Amino acid sequence: MGGYILKRLLSAIPVLLGITVIVFLIMAMIPGDPATAILGSYATPENVERLNRHLGLDEPLWRQYFIWLGNLVQGDFGRSFALNRPVLDEILDRFSATLVLAGTAFVLCSLLGILAGVVSAARQYGLADKAITFVVILGISVPSFFLGMMMILLFAVKLQWFPVSGMYSIWGGGDLPDLIRHLTMPALALSVVATGVIARLSRGAMLEVLRQDFVRTARAKGVHERRVIWGHALRAAMVSIIPVLGIQAGFVLSGAVYIEMVFQWPGVGRMLVDGILKRDILLVQGGVVFVAACYVGFNIVVDVAQSLLDPRIRT
Amino acid sequence: MTLALKTTDLAKTFDMGKRLFGPPRAQVHAVHPVSLQVRQTETLGIVGESGCGKSTLARMLVGLTPPTSGTIEIEGRALDRADPAAFGRLIQYVFQDPVSSLNPRKTIRQIMEAPLRLLHGLTGQALDDRVMELFDAVNLRPEFLTRYPHEFSGGQAQRIGIARALAASPRILILDEPVSALDVSVQAQVLNLLADLKQRLDLTYLFISHDLAVVEAVSDRIAVLYFGSVVETGPAEKVFAAPRHPYTKLLADSAPVVARALGGAQSGELPDPLNPPAGCAFAGRCPRATDLCRRIVPDLRAIEGDQFAACHHPRDP
Amino acid sequence: MTLFLRLLFRNKLAGFGAVVLGVIVVLAVLTPILPLQPPNETNTADRFLRPLQGGHLLGTDHLGRDLLSRLMWGTRLSLAVGFAAALVAGLVGAAIGVVAGYFGGRTDNVTMRGVDMLMAFPYILLALAIVAVLGPGLLNALIAVAVVNIPFFARNIRGVTVGIAHREFIDAAKLAGMGHTRILLSEVVPNIVPVVVIAMSTTIGWMILETAGLSFLGLGSQPPQADLGSMLGEARSALITAPHTSVVPGVMILLIVMSVNLLGDGIRDALDPRLRSGALARPMATTRVERAGAPMPKPEDGLLQIDDLETQFHVGTRVYKAVNKVSLALNPGECLGLVGESGSGKSVTALSVMGLVASPPGVITGGAVHLQGQDLIGAPYELLRTLRGRKVAYIFQDPLSTLHPLYRIGDQLIEAIRVHDPVSHAQAHRRAVKLLEDVRIPNAGARARAYPHELSGGMRQRVGIAMALANDPDIIIADEPTTALDVTVQAQILALLSDLRRDRGLAILFITHDFGVVGQLCDRVAVMYGGRIVEAGPTGDVLTAPAHPYTKRLIACVPELGGGQRALAAIPGLPPAVDNLPEGCAFAPRCDKAQPSCKTGEIDLTGDTRKVRCLFPEVAL
Repeated sequence: MGGYILKRLLSAIPVLLGITVIVFLIMAMIPGDPATAILGSYATPENVERLNRHLGLDEPLWRQYFIWLGNLVQGDFGRSFALNRPVLDEILDRFSATLVLAGTAFVLCSLLGILAGVVSAARQYGLADKAITFVVILGISVPSFFLGMMMILLFAVKLQWFPVSGMYSIWGGGDLPDLIRHLTMPALALSVVATGVIARLSRGAMLEVLRQDFVRTARAKGVHERRVIWGHALRAAMVSIIPVLGIQAGFVLSGAVYIEMVFQWPGVGRMLVDGILKRDILLVQGGVVFVAACYVGFNIVVDVAQSLLDPRIRT
Repeated sequence: MTLALKTTDLAKTFDMGKRLFGPPRAQVHAVHPVSLQVRQTETLGIVGESGCGKSTLARMLVGLTPPTSGTIEIEGRALDRADPAAFGRLIQYVFQDPVSSLNPRKTIRQIMEAPLRLLHGLTGQALDDRVMELFDAVNLRPEFLTRYPHEFSGGQAQRIGIARALAASPRILILDEPVSALDVSVQAQVLNLLADLKQRLDLTYLFISHDLAVVEAVSDRIAVLYFGSVVETGPAEKVFAAPRHPYTKLLADSAPVVARALGGAQSGELPDPLNPPAGCAFAGRCPRATDLCRRIVPDLRAIEGDQFAACHHPRDP
Repeated sequence: MTLFLRLLFRNKLAGFGAVVLGVIVVLAVLTPILPLQPPNETNTADRFLRPLQGGHLLGTDHLGRDLLSRLMWGTRLSLAVGFAAALVAGLVGAAIGVVAGYFGGRTDNVTMRGVDMLMAFPYILLALAIVAVLGPGLLNALIAVAVVNIPFFARNIRGVTVGIAHREFIDAAKLAGMGHTRILLSEVVPNIVPVVVIAMSTTIGWMILETAGLSFLGLGSQPPQADLGSMLGEARSALITAPHTSVVPGVMILLIVMSVNLLGDGIRDALDPRLRSGALARPMATTRVERAGAPMPKPEDGLLQIDDLETQFHVGTRVYKAVNKVSLALNPGECLGLVGESGSGKSVTALSVMGLVASPPGVITGGAVHLQGQDLIGAPYELLRTLRGRKVAYIFQDPLSTLHPLYRIGDQLIEAIRVHDPVSHAQAHRRAVKLLEDVRIPNAGARARAYPHELSGGMRQRVGIAMALANDPDIIIADEPTTALDVTVQAQILALLSDLRRDRGLAILFITHDFGVVGQLCDRVAVMYGGRIVEAGPTGDVLTAPAHPYTKRLIACVPELGGGQRALAAIPGLPPAVDNLPEGCAFAPRCDKAQPSCKTGEIDLTGDTRKVRCLFPEVAL
């Protein structure tokens, strides 16, 4: 087991390097000159050149990459010119907010999705199955940003149950209940699509597994139907559900960008969109690498969970 | 008599746990060097249990799997490159699963025409005539030509498979468990068809099966495979009636025969292919094994007449 | 094609989706010629008009532009972009997947590592990065969405291609002289198309959402041009004061995506052959019983008494009479062989006993199964469950698929014990190890911790037998337990079963197609053909002097070792299809002794200890 985890961690290194290469190349392709972007279009050529040399932009591309990579490894993500603060500080502030939002939504969609999928499969073509199928179709068809806006209209403006936006109240907030009040709507809006996807996948996986011979064996042993479904079948179905959870985590993280815009959540997604619109390259570069690295880390956790479940892939 | 097929030290090693670069993590010797000679119009039966390498051997003989070492000669001509199209005109293959060997999205006519067009360049009327001739040879009705594979039973699909193999006008047919997927009442139909075709077309067969009784019924000579090696060869009437290798004896005793007591109860299992034993692969299961067997791999040698066995201590008949 | 459309519209939701989407697409196509106000004409005096005010059906937006007109033009744009992105992603992804999957080896390895690398990004990061390079704009958003989705298609299609590339018809094509290009185009691609269509139809909705999302962020279509996403984005700042400007485009996106998804699901279901045959239905805990009136209890007191059992498969309008009035009796300590070819109904008979026939499509429509005088057909689930494994245990054919792959074999045995006997875990574990020793598994204590995939086929089947023995059942039903095993292993398993039966006084119902096995193991034998028993009697008598022509000729078909090279007897024709059985004797069409009387009416199973269902038996009984 320990060997598997180590192997998996080592195999992440080339992936991480690949990510930095891809991000660096994409960012290097951005048209226009960062120095001009920083100094404004009225800057003198001498100033632009000096800044370019200062930023190392007169070096060949591969050297620029290694300089940047070396700095990354030491925790130096550069400085955001638009915010005038170290990129890493900004990312860490913003990412913790995103983590709260996306993490909550991920837990919600995993639990609800699997539950709905199993119930749906166990009662195939029954009333519960039809109701769940309908809600799921609705859930995967609604744009999360539109859903968020409608939730604001209904629950914040009309019913005034939850605050319209933000992460904490400006005055007198900051404690956990305050966070939960602010978190409820965005987390729900964010989890809806993934819940739908996970539910229909779990349903399919369960239906597939319930036809397998080992389910018949369990029944032939006299195992109670409840345990056949929630024990034997669900466990086997988890083998195909867990990778989907890993992929959906990426989708939740992605969807967070929209939700952060709608609910003014101070997360990393809004930071990236603003960065792109303002051409704050170092900020975007650092943010993308950081989030992607975290996602790679999460996928290692998923793989390890998978190997704990399925002894066949441990070797 | 000329040889239809001759292999010299034909061997296949599979790499396990391939890496992007560098050597593989482990190797499995699926087929140890095998030298076989098949005379023209002879049927050589090849028996062995799962994992003995019989399918790998068969795939090498038609060029679907490139051998790791060794040579193949068909009617005196060496085929040194694994190119199925080059092999196809001389040697063809009949698959175990008749339905899976037919493309589900093509009509039977399309399937039949492919080898005729590509290997023999037939077109137009000549093509149509040849398709009808082949269909007639395997006793199928011409209206089947417009149908799709899923509309056929296993026995019919296997006839189509045979007709397709014959379309290439090969000299040799490799029959890889051709009746294992069929019910017994249909199995006999296909076996009799094969016997009839062989007679009419002067074909040479390599008949691969795990079913000893079927192999014995159709073969002139039999080769017994165990763990990638030929352990015994000989005339069909002698190999199972008077086995010289203890493994052949175990096989013969294990076959269910009415009114015979159950035999071979405590005979162990195959060795681990990733961790093969040093000497004879059967030594661990063999009642006659000695230290010599556990150290040195026995060569295939003549025991009596044309009966060969790879054993240090062959049985008396 | 007509079949496809019929299947599609049989699904009402898919039909609904098709209609809604059809209407929207038609309207979007006709937009330029519809009498709409110009979409980009601003009129700040009339800004934020509510629906139906000032001649604007849906009101106006923050610049006083007509919302209906903007909605239609936006829909047009969103649909076009979504479909284009799906098409590009689907085709490029499929091409990559097909090539990687077909060629395998290093091509596959390198391509798939690249794909994995792209999938290591949460997709929006990649999309954002692409837009950052190309600059905001609708076409660039389209490219970003397409590129981001390529890895998903590539991986999906590669998996399917690998499966196809290893099918035997690809080998056959190589031997027919086809080159790689020809094989790819004419053998592989036609089999991939349905999968690509399914993947595209189920992801178009997602693509439309994605492009709308990028526009919503201001990275897609640029003003004054607007797709639905940027309409929503522009309306967001006025969400509270003028909600209709948000609701209108939002609802349209919802409608489009939902109808696309419903239609996509319908297409998937119509193209998936398994759904067509109803094979994806979940089997229930017990077989459905639809018996017209319970049959009278039988006075005989065999251990297991099957009377006139009828089990059918109802698939669509077809009725397959898999088991047709089968009667059998099993006495204590006896081994009864049930022999037949595939499709003869022998396994279904065995599974019907404990209600284990998959249902749907299986239905038990008649007859009774008495276990020690108690009728099991239609018995309540809880009763059946307590009898399963405790009184009647099963051993199945393929020991790899019948053991749960993710539980240790010891735990599977312990579960079997504790289901019926509430002993402690430690006690159950001791009994489990003892059981493994009883079936002669060496080093049983350590092997209990193994998973099924770590054992050989023979060892796995021993575990299957140990599990059947866990609760000292009276009866074991063995459904082709050695068919998947090699001949030397088969001999070991048969010897084990024979010993266990003698030691424990087990009654065994042994299902097989192999007369040799029956001859070595069974006391009595019953032969099935076309869902019916055609002959039954003591094994020796039936095998040496078969009475039914089918039995006689079937035995003649089977070569026996020691006969030397010879021609085999064959039975012409095919076994009957049980959804279309002939009248009279099912074997008559293949029988060389058949008379006109064989093809009419019902032919009874006659005789006492030896029974035969034939008007002209081979031997007098």
